[in-house]
Amino acid sequence: MKIIVSIKQVPARDSALRVASGGKWLEDSDLTYEMNEPDAYALEEALQLKERLGGEVVVVCAGPERAGQTIREALAKGADRAIHVQAEEQALLDALSTARLLASAIQTESPDLVLTGLQSDDLGYGQTGVVLAELLGYSHATIVMEVEPQDNMVRVKRELEDGWFQHVNLPLPAVLTIQSGIKKLRYATLMGIKKAKTKEVKTVAGSPSAPEMVMDQVYLPQRQKQTLILSGDANKVAHELVEKLKFEARVL
Amino acid sequence: MSVLVVLEQRGGKWNRMSFEALAAAEKVSKASGKPVRAAVLGAEVDALAQDAAAYPVDKVVALDHPLLAQYTPDGYTAALEQFIKAVQPAVIVFPHTYQVRDYAPKLSTRFGKPLISDVVDVRANGSVAFVRQLFQGKLSADIHGASDPQFVSIQAGAFRAAEPGGANAPVEKFSVNLDASQIRSTPEEPFREAQRSVDLSAAEMIVSVGRGIKEKENLPLVEELAKVLGAELAASRPICDNGWLPMERQVGSSGQTVSPKVYFAVGISGAIQHLVGMKGSKTIVAINKDENAPIFEAADYGIVGDLFEVVPALVDEIKKAKA
Ligand SMILES: Cc1cc2nc3c(=O)[nH]c(=O)nc-3n(C[C@H](O)[C@H](O)[C@H](O)COP(=O)(O)OP(=O)(O)OC[C@H]3O[C@@H](n4cnc5c(N)ncnc54)[C@H](O)[C@@H]3O)c2cc1C
Ligand SMILES: Nc1ncnc2c1ncn2[C@@H]1O[C@H](COP(=O)(O)O)[C@@H](O)[C@H]1O
Repeated sequence: MKIIVSIKQVPARDSALRVASGGKWLEDSDLTYEMNEPDAYALEEALQLKERLGGEVVVVCAGPERAGQTIREALAKGADRAIHVQAEEQALLDALSTARLLASAIQTESPDLVLTGLQSDDLGYGQTGVVLAELLGYSHATIVMEVEPQDNMVRVKRELEDGWFQHVNLPLPAVLTIQSGIKKLRYATLMGIKKAKTKEVKTVAGSPSAPEMVMDQVYLPQRQKQTLILSGDANKVAHELVEKLKFEARVL
Repeated sequence: MSVLVVLEQRGGKWNRMSFEALAAAEKVSKASGKPVRAAVLGAEVDALAQDAAAYPVDKVVALDHPLLAQYTPDGYTAALEQFIKAVQPAVIVFPHTYQVRDYAPKLSTRFGKPLISDVVDVRANGSVAFVRQLFQGKLSADIHGASDPQFVSIQAGAFRAAEPGGANAPVEKFSVNLDASQIRSTPEEPFREAQRSVDLSAAEMIVSVGRGIKEKENLPLVEELAKVLGAELAASRPICDNGWLPMERQVGSSGQTVSPKVYFAVGISGAIQHLVGMKGSKTIVAINKDENAPIFEAADYGIVGDLFEVVPALVDEIKKAKA
């Protein structure tokens, strides 16, 4: 079974976000980067499928030079090889343009399965996988919690709202968008890190299409609610809070 | 040219978010001067279409076909593609439900457009822009499509649902061409996991813990807080994903919906999927070291500080207060 996993490099979760002058995007110098969390789960699922059924796991990532580090991390965890579609961040702010770049890299690979994360932690469009499926002409399922390949089919468990689930059967090739928590994540071993250095990373120059989505400006959200904020010495704020809960909210 | 809102139903029952999407569509309509149309998809949806006609819309169109009885991305996409090609709306508005996440990007791709997803507001000064949250609520962006049609989905709770009232709008049928061979996926019946042993929805007090707790070994800290309060322990998704607490203690869109008298969010950032599960709580207390964490927008009382210092201090104070 040949499995492609699409992995995005995103700003680390606790990065301080500062809007760059011009208000179009963030101050890049403030940011450190990591693998998008749901993508780590997509990779884990792919690796476990390969361990069970044999085959190959190929990582595809669209991003600037620095994304190479996240690609190495995926290889260290056990992916066999990678395709790095080089493109500047500004060209990747539109989900359709990004999916087009990824699709052209995936097309020639003719995989059985494409796994993506269900959502990126930075842009959060929640759609790149579905768009990919449409561009590639593959079937798809979203918010997937279990994957069972069978002959030319795959049976998946999808998460619905409010604690409901549903099994869906799809013909291969298929794109699945993977929900966090599908399996327990592994760590890269020292051996894996060493091996990753010798694995193939093919770089292709992405030629992005004109964006169909225009980001006019980005800004920190304005507070609308009157929240009583307590800060300072822990004992002092703890005392104040308990007073408030007792005499103002009357819940203690 | 119109603003088309696609209402969502399952088994003949509305998804309430449909009418929040309708409210957003009204705002787009006011700004652009284009009337609001509503579409409803399914098999034998006459009654629902009649029901929708009581809402503030210019017209309701039923896309009725036996193959739409059960939702599939291929069926819904094909049906709406035909309809949109026929009526050419300028903006198509959806509720941002799991179902919409599943097919709307596929549909918009057929028109060479991305989906402007999870929109929280519509800005209208001259032209229309859509406000989205990035970084799980830590950053906002104003976005518009380069050209029409624009496909937009609306976040749960962002708009107050439109109400029925006034004159009934006309109801029309649009005949959809669909063939079983176009539908590639076979869905089975939805189901719930075995009965939950904890029912958080009945809890009077909840202490909920998020990734700020860092390690499983630190959980006793919040367990202690829950104990002195006599509260139930709950968690955000990553805590359950890691297996630190059982899934049945997860609060949020894919977990339980709770509305206790007090909800303590400890080391939780306040992503929308968490907020939808707890924002009905009477009093919300947030403890977070990041003063810009979105959870503070939902909280009544916020403590900006390190939970490893604040929580033990709080435990002491509560013990004192209860003594
Ligand atoms: C389809 C879908 C469904 C989802 N369903 C759910 C759901 O049902 N429930 C849910 O919770 N999530 C759900 N999520 C995930 C959700 O988007 C968020 O990723 C998740 O809620 C984040 O959890 P968190 O706040 O614990 O972690 P983070 O976002 O990582 O936040 C951790 C917080 O802890 C703070 N912190 C760190 N250290 C300290 C310290 N020492 N003291 C004080 N504060 C500290 C940080 O400032 C940060 O704000 C879903 C996502 C998707 C896409
Ligand atoms: N630049 C990228 N490179 C590789 N994969 C991506 C990229 N952008 C998005 N994806 C994939 O698409 C998923 C959904 O992203 P999004 O549609 O932005 O929420 C992510 O979890 C990734 O698997």
